[in-house]
Amino acid sequence: MATTTTDIDADTHHDHEDHHHGPEPGLMRWVKTTNHKDIGYLYLWFAFGMLLIGGAMAMVIRAELFMPGLQFVEPQFFNQMTTMHGLIMVFGAIMPAFVGLANIQIPTMVGAPDMALPRMNNWSFWILPFAGAMLLSTMFMEGGGPAFGWTFYAPLSTTFAPDSTDYFIFAIHMLGFSSIMGAINIIATVMNMRASGMKLMDMPLFVWTWFITAFLLIAAMPVLAGAVTMMLTDRNFGTSFFDAAGGGDPVMFQHIFWFFGHPEVYIMILPAFGIVSQIIPTFARKPLFGYSSMVYATGSIAILSFVVWAHHMFLTGMPVAGQMYFMYATILISVPTGVKVFNWVSTMWRGSMSFEIPMMWAVAFVILFTIGGLSGLMLGIVPADIQYHDTYFVVAHFHYVLVSGALFSIIAGVYYWLPKWCGRMFNEKLATIHFWWAVISVNVLFFPMHFLGLAGMPRRIPDYGLQFADFNLIASLGGFAFGLSFLLLAYIVVDCIRNGKVVKEARVWESAKGLEWTLPTPAPYHTFNEEPSRELILKESSHTGDNH
Amino acid sequence: MLNNRFFATLFKILILPLLAVPGSAFAEYGLNLPKGVTPISRDIYGLHMTIFWVCVGIAVIVFGVMIYSMIYHRKSKGAVASNFHESTTIELIWTAVPLAILIAIAVPATRVLIDLENTDKADMTVKITGYQWKWQYEYLDNGVSFFSNLSKKSRDGIKNAEIRNTDDHYLQDVDKRLVLPVNTRVRFLMTSNDVIHSWWVRELGVKQDANPGFINDSWAYIEEEGVYRGKCTELCGKDHGFMPVVVEVVSKENYAIWVDEQKAEIAAAAASGDREWSMDELMTRGQEVYSTNCAACHGTTGAGVPGAFPAMAGSAITTQPENLEAHIAIILNGQAGTAMQAFGKQLSDSDIAAVVTYERNAFGNNTGDITQPAQIKSAR
Ligand code: HEC
Ligand code: HEM
Ligand SMILES: [Cu+2]
Ligand SMILES: [Cu+2]
Repeated sequence: MATTTTDIDADTHHDHEDHHHGPEPGLMRWVKTTNHKDIGYLYLWFAFGMLLIGGAMAMVIRAELFMPGLQFVEPQFFNQMTTMHGLIMVFGAIMPAFVGLANIQIPTMVGAPDMALPRMNNWSFWILPFAGAMLLSTMFMEGGGPAFGWTFYAPLSTTFAPDSTDYFIFAIHMLGFSSIMGAINIIATVMNMRASGMKLMDMPLFVWTWFITAFLLIAAMPVLAGAVTMMLTDRNFGTSFFDAAGGGDPVMFQHIFWFFGHPEVYIMILPAFGIVSQIIPTFARKPLFGYSSMVYATGSIAILSFVVWAHHMFLTGMPVAGQMYFMYATILISVPTGVKVFNWVSTMWRGSMSFEIPMMWAVAFVILFTIGGLSGLMLGIVPADIQYHDTYFVVAHFHYVLVSGALFSIIAGVYYWLPKWCGRMFNEKLATIHFWWAVISVNVLFFPMHFLGLAGMPRRIPDYGLQFADFNLIASLGGFAFGLSFLLLAYIVVDCIRNGKVVKEARVWESAKGLEWTLPTPAPYHTFNEEPSRELILKESSHTGDNH
Repeated sequence: MLNNRFFATLFKILILPLLAVPGSAFAEYGLNLPKGVTPISRDIYGLHMTIFWVCVGIAVIVFGVMIYSMIYHRKSKGAVASNFHESTTIELIWTAVPLAILIAIAVPATRVLIDLENTDKADMTVKITGYQWKWQYEYLDNGVSFFSNLSKKSRDGIKNAEIRNTDDHYLQDVDKRLVLPVNTRVRFLMTSNDVIHSWWVRELGVKQDANPGFINDSWAYIEEEGVYRGKCTELCGKDHGFMPVVVEVVSKENYAIWVDEQKAEIAAAAASGDREWSMDELMTRGQEVYSTNCAACHGTTGAGVPGAFPAMAGSAITTQPENLEAHIAIILNGQAGTAMQAFGKQLSDSDIAAVVTYERNAFGNNTGDITQPAQIKSAR
């Protein structure tokens, strides 16, 4: 693999000869950039912007649900809000944020100068703003935007959908292209750009989990593309894939969607596992427990994630044998997930822990993600799922795993690596306030939803019976508070970049391990121009105990 | 960092609600599933509580260990990190033990599952069809059939807090309930006329998707008389939140009486089509029919929703004399591939005559046209 650094793109090659060549000045730097860090920052800012837009929609939803009766919006608009909120958070916020972190971190963690395919990297980012804009523009079209849920079940999304749906389909196609290109780039980087002294089983877990996620993306996104293409032809070219009147089957849509959709939820959580597995050893001052079992658990989760999809469809009229199979498979997938949690806890056990900001987020992640995992286990039991399905119980489940799971891990990762990126430390007092504010409000927001679901409140409704009023009110208050916490986060990050206390140590966190911490702070524009040695790699490994 | 002390407290607070959930004392506050009134719903409840406690157990162990180590294995307390980071034995144990626990849950779950999917040997069958946004109930054994819409009081309460607050069953009430006999094995067949709906009544332990073009089945043996309320749970468009389910379970005798009443009503409705109606009668009836069946899409003021549902106020079809036939035809037959349903099989001749007359004279349309039931009969 040593040879591969010489046959990378001419751009980077040129940079090799001119070490002090910095970024191009002005705005064009960001448009034309092929630098992995620049592109990573673009991804992160884009994701944050989408998070605020999707969050604003969530505020509309919680405002309408603040009390019974319709106060602010009409049901059709409400449905657009839930739909767009889901789509934007999944495709616009969480996924791009993880790709951004991968872009910035993976080359620095595997000792590479840049990503393997820098020009494609530029392109895969710059598709996103156009896809996002097209998706958002549907809301201003006649008949309104998509109002059929982020799962867009046919025939509500085909025969009964507004005309703007065709634009939605195009936006999904573009988002899919972007994801696939990003995934190819990550695989190519890990395979070809990795320092020759780093064996696969030496790779940090963040790299491992992203490497596996990239394969999931390549396998799952085309399925989604297939689903929306079939919708497109059903809507415009007279096919009847999902129309029983023409010999099709609406349930087939759900099979195709969830064949993409379940791997998709793991696409959004495996990188999170990686981030947390980097942070906990750092602040527990102890090597990650069970590194290899973590890798195998990730691999088996990835494989199993393709054979459990129909646990989202237990009530569609599946034969009982199908229900049984998907129940057992779902139960099986929670075992490797549990193993991960046990490993994190064992890493903390008899460590020498300190609770810097990233560690607090990582700990919150472990606890809250586990709550979400346990409710997932309950959902997997078919007879019980009869009562839970399509209620707020499910809403609680997936927000625990996606918000206090995936999103919290992203925030943890940003706090962890931000000082390295910009050479400045964030305001720790404010960050502490931010942490408690977010952790408390996120629970006030989502915990009552378990009760709402059990008490009989279906999801995706703009109005509800009076018996649900109390918990909805509590959830809404939590929601507003949680929404505000992101403005504080924005302030903390901007303040850090501009006025933060300058950090000079390469190893920003005293006990952090990994190649990224051997780079000067702030990280230089071009990462590893010289390949790190095997000695260095072993010394910096966070999972071999040798140096602790 | 200054937060170390707070950690322990916070996590206790986080877990407390978990521990508080299940007690049956909380049941009346609507924190938990009800036991329900069918054997299946009780089995489900039992399963639910079992997995719940298993989850609580796992949570207590995992979080307990975590909190312990966060309190005692802190650098500020002088804890020195040990270096263990691998143990195949431990890893095997914590893979095998959860697996065993899960298998132990899967066994009773499978038993309940087989039970609830066995719809053989029903005493009676009700076919349930989802429409945007109402339910149709057809009693296949005696020919009784009707639609069940959100109650008028609830609909009026959506934007009126005063009505809402005096409504004991806001958004949980219908104009006509599904009446079932107690202690009878009832089979439900679910299907849909348009998009996917899902019929759910918690106390019966029944939730089943209603798919257009396909029929699903489910069953219930209800052991207690009473009124049980549910909802549509599959997003089915604009008024998904406004299509409740109400099941009234009565004694077998009362059920027989109810069936006779229904048959008489159906006969009376058919007879009402045989006479001439006055303009006033038609308009009054028309308004009722319109607000139950049409207003959800075309709007109470006939304004519709641009781009989705055409306006009835001032539109060519409702005002031009030459379009009368087309007007009647689209109501009778609907428009395939759109949300406009065929009302011919849903409404009687007199109801359709009334709604046509209403649409042609309300919303400022003032055409003066009168349509009689006989015209509808011949147009069918
Ligand atoms: C679920 C929504 C829905 C309901 C309920 C509904 N309609 Fe419609 N209606 C539509 C749609 C959509 C169209 C447009 C169909 C098309 O594209 O041709 C339509 C079209 C019509 C038209 C033709 C309008 C024109 O300008 O061509 C008439 C008349 C009409 N509906 C009357 C009624 C009446 C009367 C009722 C109640 C008995 C009713 N509709 C209930 C959705 C609905
Ligand atoms: C312990 C492992 C998990 C199990 C056993 C599990 C199980 C389930 C089941 C059975 C459902 C369907 C519930 C229903 O609709 O009735 C569900 C829904 C969902 N899960 Fe999980 N889950 C797990 C972890 C996760 C993770 C890690 C994520 C994402 C990060 C996730 C995201 C979701 C989402 C988004 C939905 C709802 C999709 C929708 O209908 O909109 N789950 N889960
Ligand atoms: Cu899933
Ligand atoms: Cu519905």
